[in-house]
Amino acid sequence: MSSGVSNGDIIQIRDLCKTYRVGKVDVPALRGVDLDVEKGHFLSIIGPSGSGKSTLFHIIGGLTPPTTGKVVVDGKDLSAMTDAARTRMRKRTVGFVFQKFNLLPNLTARDNIAVARYIGGTDAKPEPEFEEVLRLLGIGERLDHKPNALSGGEQQRVAIARAIVNHPAILLADEPTGNLDTENSKAVLEVLRDLNRRLGQTILMITHNPEAAAYGDSTVHMRDGRIADRT
Amino acid sequence: MTGKLVLENLKHRPMRSLLSILLIGVPVTLILCLVGLSHGFIEDSQKRQRGSGADILMRPKSSSFLSLNGAPIPEQLVGYMAKQPHVKMATGVYSVVVEGVTLFATGINYEEFTQMCGGFQFHSGGAFQRPDDVILDDYYADQTKAKLGDTINLLNAKWHVSGIMEGGKLTHIVVPLKTLQERLENAGKVNQIYLRLDDPANTAATVKYLTGIPALEGYPIISMENFTSLLNVNNIPALAGFIAVVMGIGVVIGFAVVCLSMYMAVLQRTREIGILKSLGASKGFILGIILSEAFFLGLGGTILGILMSYAAAALIHALKPASLPMTIAYDWWPIAGAITVAGALLGALYPGLTAAAHDPIEALSYE
Repeated sequence: MSSGVSNGDIIQIRDLCKTYRVGKVDVPALRGVDLDVEKGHFLSIIGPSGSGKSTLFHIIGGLTPPTTGKVVVDGKDLSAMTDAARTRMRKRTVGFVFQKFNLLPNLTARDNIAVARYIGGTDAKPEPEFEEVLRLLGIGERLDHKPNALSGGEQQRVAIARAIVNHPAILLADEPTGNLDTENSKAVLEVLRDLNRRLGQTILMITHNPEAAAYGDSTVHMRDGRIADRT
Repeated sequence: MTGKLVLENLKHRPMRSLLSILLIGVPVTLILCLVGLSHGFIEDSQKRQRGSGADILMRPKSSSFLSLNGAPIPEQLVGYMAKQPHVKMATGVYSVVVEGVTLFATGINYEEFTQMCGGFQFHSGGAFQRPDDVILDDYYADQTKAKLGDTINLLNAKWHVSGIMEGGKLTHIVVPLKTLQERLENAGKVNQIYLRLDDPANTAATVKYLTGIPALEGYPIISMENFTSLLNVNNIPALAGFIAVVMGIGVVIGFAVVCLSMYMAVLQRTREIGILKSLGASKGFILGIILSEAFFLGLGGTILGILMSYAAAALIHALKPASLPMTIAYDWWPIAGAITVAGALLGALYPGLTAAAHDPIEALSYE
């Protein structure tokens, strides 16, 4: 955990609070989070259910606004952004990988990747270097299959390809191995580590699993809406 | 890419898409059949009136040009009309509705009428041989499966088929004038007098002259050209309004079907909408996809509706060629299509706006 602001920090969070309204009750999800993440860092976020990991993930990803506090991602202050501005930010600044893969079921793997590229503002085919990424992910031969014809591990690797096709500043992975067996979990984690090491991709990964967290450069422990410690 | 996404969405749940297209197509077919029947009635009536060979038509006092209500015309007036300047010949007929609004049986003086119209072309049989003879045109013979020599029931009486003729000569069913007058207890009366002139160029002047004769005051006298031009959709009582009502129903059905279909689709695809939003898809993009799907459903419904109108026309032609003449109303395709697509887009607006307004986090957690 850092309180200083570094020019190399791609994420800067100060006193972040998020309160959800459930019926007539206010439920605090984040209670004053401070966090800095350097560019090119692979950060694991670990904590029990209800500790605020996913809320932090959603705010950094621009899916929901903070209630109070300051969140700067790749130089953009999310706390001052409108809904439309956060939507634009999601196109190219962040890429998401979800526990349940979240591929569009009616499109092939190739088209799932192409849709992200199209929404990101580029309808052209990915650059030739992206072929290298696909080889790294080991899905080059499976691109013309729909998600229901792919294994869980393959689907997650397609989801990773989709998440990075627009060269986002940050890759946000929410329990990326939560639905995978041990072998596929290991493969996906190694892919994430390779992307981080070979391409310098900044990665934030939420996990329950300490072994998975160990793939990151450092680990943040969350509890009760706060960061308990960083190792 | 949007097109591919829309197409794949439609293909992903083919039964929903096909049912929507079918339901959207039904009002298109209704509109096209109604218009096709209206145009068919009119074109059929115009063709048969022209087939009489007359230049001027005289109808009963107090009758409208489309209805033969009013006191019949004394038959003696036929001879009187034949003596007027430029009138080459005159013949009186008595028309009675057999079925619906356009299927008439017409009593004629065979010699006079065939001279005026240039004669009937018979497929089988020929002129009247007996007082109870009837000549049918091929449309009515097909419809009733009547053949030469058959006995048919018409106007609560039996008639013997003496001939089957080519259609297009005034009426589908021809009977001897005298017999019809007797059976209707209207001896010595006709309800239309057809005049043929020495030269069609004299038509306007002759109509003007005849309407100025005091003895003919109150009788509608009109040139055949004007009479056939008056046979149009706007002049048939309530038809234009009826078509407007059916078009309105078409819009409502298109709206309701697409609204329900797209609302269900948005519910089923909540998670996918969340995925698109997480990728940075704007509200406009999501709305655009939903509206595009509705547009293609509307377009598909229009095409299917047009195809079904061909099937309906074939069926009607096979079953009721004389009673229900139907044409294919090509000029109404774009109108029916525009109405349907407009209904579909309106129906998709609410589901589309609902989808666009989905919270991405809630949508992503939707099971």
